[in-house]
Amino acid sequence: METLFSVTVGVLTACSVFLILRGRSFPVVVGITMLSYAVNLFLFSTGRLTIDGAPILGTNTEYADPLPQALVLTAIVIGFAMTAYSVILAVRTRGEIGTDEVNEQDSGESSR
Amino acid sequence: MWQQHLAILPILIPLFTALLQLLPWGDRPQPKRRALGLASSILTLVCAALLLVHVNQNGMLVYALGDWSAPFGIVLVLDKLSTLMILLTAVLALPVLIYGCYTEDNLGSHFHALFQFQVMGIIGAFATGDLFNLFVFFEVLLISSYGLMMHGGGKFRVRSTLHYVLLNLLGSALFLISVGTLYATTGTLNMADMAVKVAQLSGDEAALARAGGFMLLAVFGIKAAILPLHFWLPQAYSTTTGVVAALFAIMTKVGVYSIIRVYTLIFGPEANELVWLAADWLWILGILTLIFGIIGMLGTRDFRLLVAYLVIVSVGTLLATYSFSSAAGISTALFYLIHSTVITGALFLLADVMAFERGKTASRIVTGKRMANHNTYAVMFLIAAIAIIGLPPLSGFAGKLMILQAAPVSTSGFWLWGTMLLATLVMLIMMSRTGSKMIWHTLQGKPNEQSAPIGKRVAIGMLLSLSLILTIFANPIRDYTDSVADELLDTQSYPTTVIAPSSGEENQYE
Repeated sequence: METLFSVTVGVLTACSVFLILRGRSFPVVVGITMLSYAVNLFLFSTGRLTIDGAPILGTNTEYADPLPQALVLTAIVIGFAMTAYSVILAVRTRGEIGTDEVNEQDSGESSR
Repeated sequence: MWQQHLAILPILIPLFTALLQLLPWGDRPQPKRRALGLASSILTLVCAALLLVHVNQNGMLVYALGDWSAPFGIVLVLDKLSTLMILLTAVLALPVLIYGCYTEDNLGSHFHALFQFQVMGIIGAFATGDLFNLFVFFEVLLISSYGLMMHGGGKFRVRSTLHYVLLNLLGSALFLISVGTLYATTGTLNMADMAVKVAQLSGDEAALARAGGFMLLAVFGIKAAILPLHFWLPQAYSTTTGVVAALFAIMTKVGVYSIIRVYTLIFGPEANELVWLAADWLWILGILTLIFGIIGMLGTRDFRLLVAYLVIVSVGTLLATYSFSSAAGISTALFYLIHSTVITGALFLLADVMAFERGKTASRIVTGKRMANHNTYAVMFLIAAIAIIGLPPLSGFAGKLMILQAAPVSTSGFWLWGTMLLATLVMLIMMSRTGSKMIWHTLQGKPNEQSAPIGKRVAIGMLLSLSLILTIFANPIRDYTDSVADELLDTQSYPTTVIAPSSGEENQYE
């Protein structure tokens, strides 16, 4: 289970880094989204992987660490909101500049 | 005792004000929003000042949220460093908001709400004693900064915001990874508890914690704009509106504060295998950041860009000074931090108001028409320039002198002397050039007619007078930063105060 889990996180991260390094805003946003999935999975694993454990200290000896699950929940909420914002921003940039190249250089003074 | 609740008030006041600012407020909402925002900022300032006095008299204040004591619940830990930074935030926010109330807030919607959320995030990041909670407050301040940076619109602003947002999203992901790694090795998120646990690590676990620690450095490096991670800053700070840029003067300092906190407390003198984890790196990166700032300053043709590079120079100076890991180094770095935050904030506002009155030439360093209030700005520019360059008699001089005195007599000390003095020289050249082009070499004929409201000048004057206060009270402030540094380096008593709040001490939670 640990191997499968770490391979999944690794592949997700590698793909997201590849996408983030592209020069257009859409792949970058997709990359960021994938990275946040990878991060959530990774956070989940920081409490060690357990099967059939209740997330609470009780009478049974087998238990899962509840804290990473709470952290993942927080991270998902924040990550989701931020992805939505960056999509809107990317669309607006595309609309205002006319290209989705992240580094499109054009001359002229900034307008206020 | 009501004083213990002072710990949470500087977070709650901006939070509730921000929520109130989101209400419709009738047909003419702006005057009401302004009044509300200003009242809240003044109240925050008063609370921050009371908090500082309280903590200074009674020692560290530990506030357990929901009465869940550390390390199981989230605690706010208000030591002298935190309260100092909170007070600095409140002191900066008030004049910036006053400036913003003069029609700057009409450029986009929800300026006042975003402003208060931003202040809340910054203060929260300074107050918290929990690493994951630090992440949450970082997100609060980042999300509101994304909104604020867009304030006013325009395509250059949109693009630089996109860069800023994407970079910081990556930074947040990295933050989570490093927090996860540290949690996996230490089993705690409370900074004080983590400091104890990190000291006990060895072998593989220590290596993992080291990896987590360095990833965390990268995260804070993005916020603080240290050398390889600083490329976002000049563009972001020079394209956004002046009032937002001035508030952002404290944002890089949040990164610097986090570095000081984490790498003194968790990876500090007591950390066994990971002792002073980041000091060597911070030293090299700090000096390189300084050098980059110097090169950047020489290349600018725009006043606002110049101020943005001044921010980078100040970050480099701060980190290089901090990396000496001595009480004197930390103390002088903090003094310089206060000074540079206030003055760069004032300079951003000044650049903005000058750009407005110059009209077409805006903030470019070229000859232009005379400004409507030419002489006022000339005097303000002179004062700000003297302060930021570090000429006597203003606070920059005191700050830089202290840093040079604190530098150890060694190779690293000489490097700091060399680069800092070079930076000072370049600042002198650049500020003189800016001043002579924008203020002396004006075109013949009538001055520009558009005149900025007097309130904006008052706001800048307030920030500049802080520099004067810093100079006059340099000695008591230095004494205070000395005690901050002593408390910071006393990493053994910090965990015992936070984790075991014994009922006997009166300043503890009930």
